[in-house]
Amino acid sequence: MTRDRFERALFRVLRPLVIAFLTVITAFPFFYMVMLSVRDIQELILDPGSLWPRSFTLSTYADVLGRQGFVTFMSNSAIVAVASVAVTLLISIPGAYAVARLRFFGRRQVHFLFLAVYLFPAIVLAIPLFVLFTMLGLRGSLPGLILVYIAQTVPVTVYMLRNYFETVPQSVEEASAIDGCGRMETIWRVVLPLSKPALMATGLYAFMIAWNEFLFALLFLVERRESWTVSLGLSQLAGSIEIPTTVLMAGSVVLTLPIVVVFFASERLLTEGLTAGAEKG
Amino acid sequence: MTIAGGVRRLTRGGRTLEQQEARAGLLLISPTLLITLVVVVAPLLWAVMLAFQDARLINIRRTGLFGNYTLENFTYVISEPGFWSALVNTLVYTTAGTALSIAIGLVAALALRAAFKGRTLVRASILVPYVAPVVAVAFLWEVMLNPQFGIVNTWLSEPIAFLTQARGSFLGLQVPVALLTVIAFEAWRYFPFAFLFILARLQALPGELEEAAVVDGATPTQRFRYVIMPQLWRVVALLAVLRFVFTFTKFDDVYLLTGGGAGTEVVSVRVYNFLTARDDIGASAAQAIVLAVVLVVFLAVYLRFFAGGERDQRSL
Repeated sequence: MTRDRFERALFRVLRPLVIAFLTVITAFPFFYMVMLSVRDIQELILDPGSLWPRSFTLSTYADVLGRQGFVTFMSNSAIVAVASVAVTLLISIPGAYAVARLRFFGRRQVHFLFLAVYLFPAIVLAIPLFVLFTMLGLRGSLPGLILVYIAQTVPVTVYMLRNYFETVPQSVEEASAIDGCGRMETIWRVVLPLSKPALMATGLYAFMIAWNEFLFALLFLVERRESWTVSLGLSQLAGSIEIPTTVLMAGSVVLTLPIVVVFFASERLLTEGLTAGAEKG
Repeated sequence: MTIAGGVRRLTRGGRTLEQQEARAGLLLISPTLLITLVVVVAPLLWAVMLAFQDARLINIRRTGLFGNYTLENFTYVISEPGFWSALVNTLVYTTAGTALSIAIGLVAALALRAAFKGRTLVRASILVPYVAPVVAVAFLWEVMLNPQFGIVNTWLSEPIAFLTQARGSFLGLQVPVALLTVIAFEAWRYFPFAFLFILARLQALPGELEEAAVVDGATPTQRFRYVIMPQLWRVVALLAVLRFVFTFTKFDDVYLLTGGGAGTEVVSVRVYNFLTARDDIGASAAQAIVLAVVLVVFLAVYLRFFAGGERDQRSL
């Protein structure tokens, strides 16, 4: 057997094995999470090795959403995430357009500044913001947290949108200018509709950051239980011994599900949007 | 360039179109700049000032621009027991986590390169550890690795306290159990990031080179080594920089998994503890700045010796 034939045969066997292995290590934990969330804690203690519960229960979800207050945490997270997405887009659209299309003094420096902010460690920033928020009495307030998330995401969203705006054909914009549109009107009526996939991607990114973030939520909100986000709520309750693990697993599902749904929904839209060209006809 | 971009002509208020464009540009960028300056740049400068002052939450109003600047915080945090081991932990955790996540991401991208039935589903499932909230996945690992009822321990002949045991023996060797577990978590959570980048690059590669290599009789491993990998170095270098930077200062993963116990304390967790448990803002800031400076030094050395990485970073 030649080396070539041997290698081809080897990879024909290896490739499915690798794919199966990757699928198992990524999907199995989440399957386990869901399975644990619908079984009774007694059953888990008695038979920890079983993967399929003997009886299913949804009381864990009722407990976590009701008694543990996850409904409140969910709505806090939703407020924070939606507000962050809205303001981030509002701020980064004009910014990205300026960097993509207009020549102004300091454009290069702005680009460098954003790269630096993107790579900048959050833990360094956490200290002065913690002190500032304590001094201003803003600790425990959601708007303060939203402000931090916006600042964390804006540099990246400007970068993402800029790349896309640069692909919008200049001719389309010039045509709208000839038709009498001002700059703002051109952005609103021409550039944005053409950039829907990019706007979706940016919005998703900002949503993910705001929904998943933990450090700043921990620093700013920990003393006020009614302001907890889902991430913070789960991490705080996981430490207490009175709450059964199965109930907390239900909390994990509740925390993970929205982001996974949003991710899959927009992933499809994204690819569809990207394949539709702008200047075809 | 807009339609009249090059035309210099006097218009409203005696400004040229070029000047108008510059004004509009600054106006449109100002909200972005403002929030970056107020919430990132200004606090950063303040953090540097705090690091050189005796700042605690009680006396914070007395520290100011013209406070007493001293190097005490720095000498204190560096001489404090645990700092150097935390720095070593950080370095080991970051290097191993970065290397592993890129290696697995590369293998995954190569395996999923060609189309097969169900690829979309597999690809989506691979990305879930990366998009899922860190609190949920850290807690999930904690439960799976739990010595009493965790699923992983029911498969083993004797239970291992993965997250609370600093040292254990494996095949007669002493191994840092908790640190290795935390590294495995890092690799598991971030290999999808590397996978996405590498797969995108792979799909953009021109097919002719590989076809030519096949015609020349190159075996699959030869094609990988001489045709594919040379074209992937740039993206791998970029990934190495990005993952190194993000992991070096990462807080949540280690904090949530072990709380910094069992020989896994990294500098960012120490920074957090100095800030909240000891209320020592100055020392906390000093420690964070030492961390950032070490990071910058590593980056500078890396970029100096791997010039390819520098080009990639500029194109980011």
